[in-house]
Amino acid sequence: MTAISFRTGLGGALRMASVSALALGLGLAAASAETIRWARVGDALTLDPHSQNEGPTHTLAHHIYETLVGRATDGSLTPRLAVEWGIHPDDSTVWVFTLRDGVTFHDGSALTAEDVVFSLNRARGETSDMKGLHAGVVDVTAPDAMTVHIKTEGPAPLYVQNLTNTFIMSKAWAEANDALTAQDFAAGEENFAVRNANGTGPYTLVERDPEVRTVLQVFEGHWDDAPQVTEIIYTPIAEAATRVAALLSGEVDIVQDVPVQDIARLEQTDGLKVEFGPENRTIFFAYDMGSEDLLTASVDGNPFANPLVREAMHMAVDRDAIRQVVMRGQSLPTGVTMPPFVNGWTEELDAYSAPDIERAQALMAEAGYADGFSVDLHTPNDRYLNDEAISQALVGMLARIGINVNLVSQTRSMHFPLIQNRETDFYLLGWGVPTFDSQYVFDFLVHSTEGARGGWNGSRYSNPEVDALIQAMAVETDLDARDAMIADVWAQLQEDRVFLPIHNQTLAYAMREGINLAVHPENQPAMSDVTFD
Amino acid sequence: MLAFILRRILQSLVVMLVVALVSFALFRYVGDPISTMMGQEATIADREALRERLGLNDPFIVQFFDFVSRAVQGDFGISYRLQQPVMELILSRLPATLELALVSGVLAFVFGVGFGVYTALNRRGWLSTTIMSVSLIGVSLPTFLIGVLLIWLFAVELQWLPSFGRGEVVDLGSWWSTGFLTPSGRASLILPAITLGLYQMTLIMRLVRAEMLEVLRTDYIKFARARGLSNRAIHFGHALKNTMVPVITITGLQLGAIIAFAIITETVFQWPGVGALFINSVRFVDVPVMAAYLMLIAVIFVVINLIVDLLYYAVDPRLRVERAGAGH
Repeated sequence: MTAISFRTGLGGALRMASVSALALGLGLAAASAETIRWARVGDALTLDPHSQNEGPTHTLAHHIYETLVGRATDGSLTPRLAVEWGIHPDDSTVWVFTLRDGVTFHDGSALTAEDVVFSLNRARGETSDMKGLHAGVVDVTAPDAMTVHIKTEGPAPLYVQNLTNTFIMSKAWAEANDALTAQDFAAGEENFAVRNANGTGPYTLVERDPEVRTVLQVFEGHWDDAPQVTEIIYTPIAEAATRVAALLSGEVDIVQDVPVQDIARLEQTDGLKVEFGPENRTIFFAYDMGSEDLLTASVDGNPFANPLVREAMHMAVDRDAIRQVVMRGQSLPTGVTMPPFVNGWTEELDAYSAPDIERAQALMAEAGYADGFSVDLHTPNDRYLNDEAISQALVGMLARIGINVNLVSQTRSMHFPLIQNRETDFYLLGWGVPTFDSQYVFDFLVHSTEGARGGWNGSRYSNPEVDALIQAMAVETDLDARDAMIADVWAQLQEDRVFLPIHNQTLAYAMREGINLAVHPENQPAMSDVTFD
Repeated sequence: MLAFILRRILQSLVVMLVVALVSFALFRYVGDPISTMMGQEATIADREALRERLGLNDPFIVQFFDFVSRAVQGDFGISYRLQQPVMELILSRLPATLELALVSGVLAFVFGVGFGVYTALNRRGWLSTTIMSVSLIGVSLPTFLIGVLLIWLFAVELQWLPSFGRGEVVDLGSWWSTGFLTPSGRASLILPAITLGLYQMTLIMRLVRAEMLEVLRTDYIKFARARGLSNRAIHFGHALKNTMVPVITITGLQLGAIIAFAIITETVFQWPGVGALFINSVRFVDVPVMAAYLMLIAVIFVVINLIVDLLYYAVDPRLRVERAGAGH
């Protein structure tokens, strides 16, 4: 038995591209079919919208599924499946969402509040990876077909910010296909939603071959204006050199993860262009300032607990040199562990001073470390742009004030558990802020480790006053008073030198000339935003 | 003969168990799967709950026996990364790797033997010297660099061949997909096959050349010449045939190596085979896929060794005589 089914491959894609190029020449661009061949380093791990809380997975899901609220490229919230939202006038613990009229799923059924209730409960489920964002939710109800109420434990003035990556599924579809919960890894079989999808988004799934290619077709029944891109062929290409070669040879149209060292070359190539933009992510170093003793230091006690040592380290770091030499100009040096998109950011916090080695050496001597000390620095080597090279640069800078750093560089799956399990004295971390509010930074990096808070507080910073402020701002509904609390916490953190911030990462997308696509701060570009010249 | 095969199969089972044990022991040093499986917002309690549910808190021996008892039934679990059943995932990637390995193996064997014979017979010719010096590149340049150079030349500069992927594939039956039947599928095979086969070709060529030179010096070749046999009969009938025993051994073992170490080639060319699947699984600490892949590689090596042993019987009559003698 030989069942032959053809999958459209590169050849088909090339033919389509040349057809559309022809149409473009005839001035029919807006009306004609446009295919975008899009490559990035890795594939979405799954199509199940609640199973992985991970960037590339969400990026693909945004094309097929939709969320209640969306995130614009300037970081602000935009209406998506919800047209209006706000805190209930009579009960500050309830968020009210009014749904958009006339939204249909790809299978033709209409979106109702029941689907939203189902999806939010699925996202809160035991096997969901999104549950951390909905930990404070007590109950989700639908008072009528177009309204959804979300009740939280206490007032949650910023809860709506947690909804930008929580996708809405069809309840009937999930029931029919036995996909009521997200994939359980301990179960013996695959969940239907892993390779099949039924969303309300601008594109429908045509073909899914994980890590090979995913083909999406425009959804005619979508509520919004039809996008210019009518077909998306999404291909992961893991190897940086191959990814760039595929763009140079015209086999793909957009490359999302451009290696820093290839940017200049791509910009100089005829027919190609590179778009830049800041990413919502800060790269910084942190050190154990709370323990009695360090694990790897050559001296007794904890030198990082001494404010003079921390101050000296800040003075020894040359952020501009890292930008010039390591990042080839592709970064925004900063003095605070928060990107400019985040509520609470100010220019004063962002400012940083030039290195002053003599003064730093004097501080080290004053602290009793005139002869210096040695310590291990842990860094990932496959997570952030040039992460290992940044750490190597820091090693040289700290050597000038007598701190001999032994660099331990390893893969991400080895590095991050060290921070989570408090097994490192000194480490590099990059922190994105998906809620665009300082609270997210404080909750995970600053608050003492208690319950859901402080999971990433490898600094072991513990300040009862700061903890109290962080808890208070979580339920403060007066936004001005809340902003004042945020400013107070940042002032204290900067004074205590809890972090050693280096820079905000910038992103680069390379594409064929004639394609317009802005860099998305969360690195989640939407092909529905693409326009053609 | 049957007893020999049965004995080899029993030995193979022991080998497989040892491979499983060693690889299981090594996984502890690859990293923590929980840290890559959960987003950064997951709480310590959530992480602990998942760890418990996956049985990662069980003692090593319990985890190992659990794995072996399920593996015997063909159940390798669900991939931590791609959330698909591991067996299905590996079977869907296997055709890509086997087709690539087959093409590069055939290329390496045909050109290796051809060049080897030619350079042995024409030792001082300018072509032989050229082949020998160029073949040095094959052994000295890393696979990664050869792949990138080929992509740069044939995909970017000349734009003759695709730089990544498998092209258009055709599904044959329920799980085999082939790239042989479409023009883009065949074009996509060329660069990865050359990259993967270059080292093996050089190896075979140098082996054939050395063996041929050795055989050509022996007395029976001199007698054959004295008998007035044609050059063709001497070179191919007598000399080449007698060089083939070590060549077959090496080729067989190298075929296993081609499949097992296609990892780099597959990564460079984004070739959707089991090697690329494995390397992505290592990055993600996808233990179920890593374990199943290593078992698969062990099976492939065991089977190839068995076939090579059987081929000896066919090629070398002395083995048949000795075994027959031992039976009396």
